[in-house]
Amino acid sequence: MEPNGVNSAEKLEVLLVCEDPPQMLPALEKHFEVHVQLDAHISDALPAAAKHVCALVTGTLVGAGQRLINSLPDIEIIACTGGHVDRIDMAAARVRGIPVTNAPGISAPDVADLGLALILGVSRRLIESHHFVRDGRWPEGGMGFGRRVGGKKVGILGLGGIGRIIARRVHAFDMEVCYSGPGRKDDVSYPFFDDLSEMARHVDYLVVCCPESPQTRHLVDMPVLRALGPEGMLINIARGAIVDEAALIEALAQGIIAGAGLDVFEDEPHVPEALTAMDNVILQAHVGAFTTEAKLEMVDVTMNNLLNHFAGQPLPNPVG
Amino acid sequence: MKPEVLMIIAKTNPVQLEPAVEAEYTVHKLNQTEMADCGSHIGEYKDRVRALITQTAPGADATLIGALSKLEIIACSGAHVDAIDLAAAEARNIPVTNTPGISYDDVGDYVMAQILATSRRFSEADRFVRSGRWHNEAMGFGHRVNNRKLGIVGLGPIGRVVAKRGRCFEMDVCYTDVKQIADVPYRYFDDLVEMAREVDFMAVTCKSGAATHHLIGAPVFEALGPTGVFVNISRGVVDDAALIKALGEGVIRGAGIDVFETSPHVPEELLRLDNVVLSPHVAGNTEEVTQAQSDLVMANLSAHFAGQPLLNLVEPGSH
Repeated sequence: MEPNGVNSAEKLEVLLVCEDPPQMLPALEKHFEVHVQLDAHISDALPAAAKHVCALVTGTLVGAGQRLINSLPDIEIIACTGGHVDRIDMAAARVRGIPVTNAPGISAPDVADLGLALILGVSRRLIESHHFVRDGRWPEGGMGFGRRVGGKKVGILGLGGIGRIIARRVHAFDMEVCYSGPGRKDDVSYPFFDDLSEMARHVDYLVVCCPESPQTRHLVDMPVLRALGPEGMLINIARGAIVDEAALIEALAQGIIAGAGLDVFEDEPHVPEALTAMDNVILQAHVGAFTTEAKLEMVDVTMNNLLNHFAGQPLPNPVG
Repeated sequence: MKPEVLMIIAKTNPVQLEPAVEAEYTVHKLNQTEMADCGSHIGEYKDRVRALITQTAPGADATLIGALSKLEIIACSGAHVDAIDLAAAEARNIPVTNTPGISYDDVGDYVMAQILATSRRFSEADRFVRSGRWHNEAMGFGHRVNNRKLGIVGLGPIGRVVAKRGRCFEMDVCYTDVKQIADVPYRYFDDLVEMAREVDFMAVTCKSGAATHHLIGAPVFEALGPTGVFVNISRGVVDDAALIKALGEGVIRGAGIDVFETSPHVPEELLRLDNVVLSPHVAGNTEEVTQAQSDLVMANLSAHFAGQPLLNLVEPGSH
């Protein structure tokens, strides 16, 4: 550290390279001298002053590549503000003995809640109702009917952290739960389907909760949508690429399925006009994790990891 | 010979009812306008009709009941019979049946949907995507629903459904009612304003009526406060003017509203607000409910004509 002022001598320097959560910067500034470089993952132009920070704070989307890690010779810790560290080069950190921390599981309940909102929303025509009132159509007559969720079947694709919360929630709405994924889970009693199309044929709602990978890309395709059928609804709160969006648009337009609730799209923020013109869909802007409470919790957990490290205390959330 | 029945054709008819009735009975029909002036529209069938099929709205007034000299039963599609002149029916020993309790789950589900939609800025996000704003800006954050406090006003059959749904979101559920209820694990408040001060979400599910008219007004909204969200599916319980003021001035965070004092007309101020999710009194409107309503009306009529006990007899003086 440059001993050029009382404050900077007292405060350790950190580099912040992500925008998410926005409350991270003011929280860091209370304890550290913060360098902000939001394009660190795509640019080599790291200012000289930022190179001697002792901590790197990053997010799940930005991560930390080998080049960024190696351009920071003095970092003692990499703190990720979210749960997923797949974009952080763990090997590069390990080689230098730099611990990586994360903030796991914080927004899973919020993502699951949005899943429930989409299930209820498409079934009960929530957005349509809102516009029906706002556009002044009510005095001319009543709205049509929605569908009951109770007694219906929900098929969860990917029974991970979020999928399990959704399973528990929909169960309390008197819905039946089954799931599909790479393998049967021993600790749940929900029926398991090896074959996704077979599950789609069995259920009223197909809820996509699995991670994106080469194996899951376009896993939900036209044969699966045909199996879901004209009364079926697709909910996607995971990643756009898991669903073949062109097939989905065709299925929605031709009544191959009844409706869809989508928080994610193949080419965000671009959403095909064919979808934005449809009445039988509810569209969200990848906001599953977007609650103020989750963001503040991410900040708290990240700060805890940093402050514990610099106080010589055990790290609450070490990764790997 | 099939018994002759008179069916009131109203907007609130379950779609399945008319064909079901036509398959079993000789049907005469009056629409709502004709019914209002039944003296000039009723036909010679008035002295042959044995059953009257009507809805919660428009019900059946004393004039209509009086015009049907051979009337044996009034079957109402819907739970509420306030628009049926029960005294006129009772005076002639005509039983009245209704279709109670079939939409409790659906209404409870809708309350939960409104809570989620309001907190997670659901409608706003849908407009944000459709209008293309996502290309240039990020959607703002909503608020968490899980693990928050939910206060229920009126723990009747619908309130209990809401409580059960709320629990699956790990919400801390409490309630207020005329008195504490023994068989529920939820915290009880005898003071509505005190509960409003404690909770993040308030759901109104109590009965409409003189006892609850304008129960919810400015003091409740002030206690609910700027982080509070309000959801209402009960008619007449809320002072709409106070609600509009609270929403407009940020006294509360937002609201999900399915019923309005002036429905189907909705105050202009509400239509302009972004922190509301509005709906046209549809909390109990599902295809499954209308099917069940239709089935129950048919079952009550069949029971009557077969001399069997009625399934849903409205006790005289119970409403």
